[in-house]
Amino acid sequence: MNVLPYVIAVWLFLAGLYGVATSRNLIHLIVCLSVAQSSTYILLIAIGYRQGAGPPIFTYVPPGTPAVDPVVQALALTDVVVSAAMTALLLAVAVRIYKQTGTLDPQKIRPLRS
Amino acid sequence: MTIRSRQIMALGSTAALGLLLVWGVIRLPDFGAYPGPYSDVLNAAAVAERHVTNIPSAVNFDYRAFDTLGEEFMLFVAVAGLAVLFREQRGRSNRKNPSVVQVSEAVRWMGSGLIGFTVLFGMMIVLHGSLTPGGGFQGGLILAMTVLLIYLIRGDEAFERLSRRAFVEALEAAGAGAYVLIGLAMLTTGGMFLENLLPIGRLRELDSGGTIFLINLATGVEVSAAFVLLFAEFLEESRKPSSER
Amino acid sequence: MEPLVPLLIALPLLGAALLMVLQTAFPRSWADGFAITTAGGVAVLGGFFLLETADTPLVYWLGGWTPRDGIAVGIALFVDPFSAGIATLIGLLGTASLIFAWRYFDSVGRMFHALMLVFIAAMVGFCLSGDIFTLFVFFELMSVAAYVLTGYKTEESALDGCLNFAVTNSIGAFFILYGICLLYGRTGALNLAQIGRALGGGPADGLIMIALLLIATGLFAKSALVPFHFWLADAHAVAPTPVCVLFSGVMVELGLYGIARIYWTVFDGPMTGEQAAVRTVLMIAGTVTALTGGMMCLLQRHVKRLLAFSTISHAGVLLIGLALLSPQGSAGASIYLVGHGLVKGALFLCAGILLHRYRDVDEISLRGKGRELPMTGVIVLLAGLALAGLPPFGTLLGKSLIEEAARGHHYGWVSAVLFLSSALTGGAVLRAGGRIFLGWGRTAEEEASGPTEQEKPETKEARRRMHWTMVAPPAMLVAFAALIGLAPNLGEQAMAAVARFHDRSSYAGLTLDGRAPAPAPILLSSRSGSNIGTGLLSAATAVALALFELFRNRLPNRVDKGIRRMLRPAVFVLNGWHSGHVGDYVVWLMIGTTLLGALWLVTVQLI
Repeated sequence: MNVLPYVIAVWLFLAGLYGVATSRNLIHLIVCLSVAQSSTYILLIAIGYRQGAGPPIFTYVPPGTPAVDPVVQALALTDVVVSAAMTALLLAVAVRIYKQTGTLDPQKIRPLRS
Repeated sequence: MTIRSRQIMALGSTAALGLLLVWGVIRLPDFGAYPGPYSDVLNAAAVAERHVTNIPSAVNFDYRAFDTLGEEFMLFVAVAGLAVLFREQRGRSNRKNPSVVQVSEAVRWMGSGLIGFTVLFGMMIVLHGSLTPGGGFQGGLILAMTVLLIYLIRGDEAFERLSRRAFVEALEAAGAGAYVLIGLAMLTTGGMFLENLLPIGRLRELDSGGTIFLINLATGVEVSAAFVLLFAEFLEESRKPSSER
Repeated sequence: MEPLVPLLIALPLLGAALLMVLQTAFPRSWADGFAITTAGGVAVLGGFFLLETADTPLVYWLGGWTPRDGIAVGIALFVDPFSAGIATLIGLLGTASLIFAWRYFDSVGRMFHALMLVFIAAMVGFCLSGDIFTLFVFFELMSVAAYVLTGYKTEESALDGCLNFAVTNSIGAFFILYGICLLYGRTGALNLAQIGRALGGGPADGLIMIALLLIATGLFAKSALVPFHFWLADAHAVAPTPVCVLFSGVMVELGLYGIARIYWTVFDGPMTGEQAAVRTVLMIAGTVTALTGGMMCLLQRHVKRLLAFSTISHAGVLLIGLALLSPQGSAGASIYLVGHGLVKGALFLCAGILLHRYRDVDEISLRGKGRELPMTGVIVLLAGLALAGLPPFGTLLGKSLIEEAARGHHYGWVSAVLFLSSALTGGAVLRAGGRIFLGWGRTAEEEASGPTEQEKPETKEARRRMHWTMVAPPAMLVAFAALIGLAPNLGEQAMAAVARFHDRSSYAGLTLDGRAPAPAPILLSSRSGSNIGTGLLSAATAVALALFELFRNRLPNRVDKGIRRMLRPAVFVLNGWHSGHVGDYVVWLMIGTTLLGALWLVTVQLI
């Protein structure tokens, strides 16, 4: 099927979102968020693909040979590194919540209720 | 919501959302048939204009350098925030306590051989960013890994010496600031922000790319410092605190 | 003066990096002064560009990459009165909150100032961007800086507010990225003008509708529209006060600015035939938000949560103004944005003064204590009336324009909605003000069953005297809000600028071809002044509502009990939904997106 990669990206996204919504553990929740984020990169890179084209690196081939889209690769590249840092930040928040309240269950963290 | 009702509602809404998304996504051009003009223009022009052969690098550090500036500061902010979150709560109480990691002799022996290679490899990836796949982000990460490797093999004291907080934070900020300064420097000579006014060198040689090379370096410094700081803060969290346990 | 454009973003970023490099080299007051100067510089530059681009917008191609044959190769910054105006607002609120923070925090690391500067730079970058991916990058940068600042407290903090904020807004960002992917796949372009041109006037097919849905939903999550709004109150309750000023004053509104900009440059072409559908659905969303926010506002006893819900209500009003898709409505919305931002910023600073002094933000336990702070009380009173629409504040001018536009499109009921929401929010603020500063109302009662918490104080000990740097900023902000309402011909100038904002082809022409647009036609027929009568009436209603809430115990017992019984189910349901559980919020996000999508697809007759 010629749109299967896109559908796979959507599937991953949904799986991640479902995980975030129903998670009972903050670490699990943050990893599900990370899964949802990865699906965006899959979609991004899949869009730029060209059948029969090579990578957009012209070190050993002359410029002008068919190549896939470099723009989406550049965007995904920086995004991946940044998302690692973002996940780390969220994990730090989770660690602190654990140290403060003794639990990682969103249901049990006493939120701002009277 | 109760747990059960949340699960049911989540399932239902995820399915409905999925239908909408798939409905939109199947109208994209077929996989492998990307039509757009942006990439063709860049693929055709970048080699000649900038003498770089790694086009995504050229896109990241020249054509769309502003986006990369934003991403880099995101890294900066996330790691700074992380540090603030941990430090506030921790104080200085358990800095001298041993970490929980126990390492065997085999790992130590093997790792010692790898350290030199990893450092060189990381530096090569950073420096050759405009020539082959790689660049500041990837190479910086490898260099940060090296410091983690040193922690695994040589233990706390060596790691502490390499990751003195003030120094690493200053290095990280310097990398980020250097990026902005390079962009501003071009302003003073009458160009636009982040315009490349340096000589672009010879194709397929290390000095190609002009400012791409410099920005690459700045990014490499910043990313490696940021991740070293990240590891250091998390490792600190994992130390046995003096009062508990 | 063109080369100065990137300075709006580069200077705060450089400042932040410098502050981090030289962390311990300088005493704290130097860091304060440096940050204040930088933020002030942004405000001044922004104001300068606001005046400069009043006639012709400015396009700045970063890196010197100008377009070739109508294909944009680099990233553009687009400076027009709206982006420059919001940049000025950002600079102004940033400066005010940094001046406030000078004496407010006893001890705070250098990182606070650096993070605030990055936050300011990110918001300015978001509004100046002319490229959709740059918009996304700065949206994320703004969000990350916001998450970190939310969890940044000098004493113990409740981090689940930060977590809820981070998770919901991250998902919003993912939605936006999905929308960008869809558009990029179709058009192969990332520049707003180029996408707009590539989509042309073609029919709105499924991909375009879903892309619009996703991008809109992501931005609505940032703008805290119902049902994507749950994170806002939690985040405001735990974030430090100077940060809340920026959140409510401008960050939330930026989401709406973003969707307006994207709609008018990209989606206007294919959706020209479907304007009625877009308008109806968004107006419903705006109305629900405005009324829900207003009601929740009244139920709160935690002052910062009260203000947060009032922001949600006003965001709903802004959406109504923008959703009308008419020059008058958008002009009204932009003036309202500025007026509201200034007033809300002032209110948060006053809440900060209370927190600083009494280490408490619970309205009921603060009862009467504010009598020692007359200046603050006056500011709160004026700000509450401004929210209710008292002339001559800018909020009234904005609201009048929106009502006028709505009437022109035969949506007469909008006036009632605006009236009600401003009365509710203004009344809530006035009630809190009356209770705190005048000591009216009952003593320890649970009349409002909203949540409260032991808000951990942000400073180490209660202060005896008020330093002028803490009272001056809110006073100045309220004064500015009044000045805006008094500015001559502001309505007409705004409408003229909006005509260009709405003109897709002139945007594309200026950006891609370098062609200056044709002068916008001036609309002389529509009214463009404040509706003073309505303003006085809604202000009076707000005062009446506040008095009613405060003195409800003087009414006959049966009436009081009857009202309470009537409202109880609604109150119960609303409070139940605002549970603080992040999974609930995500479920609401998905439900909201699906509903919005289904409504749109049905009204556009695609399914």
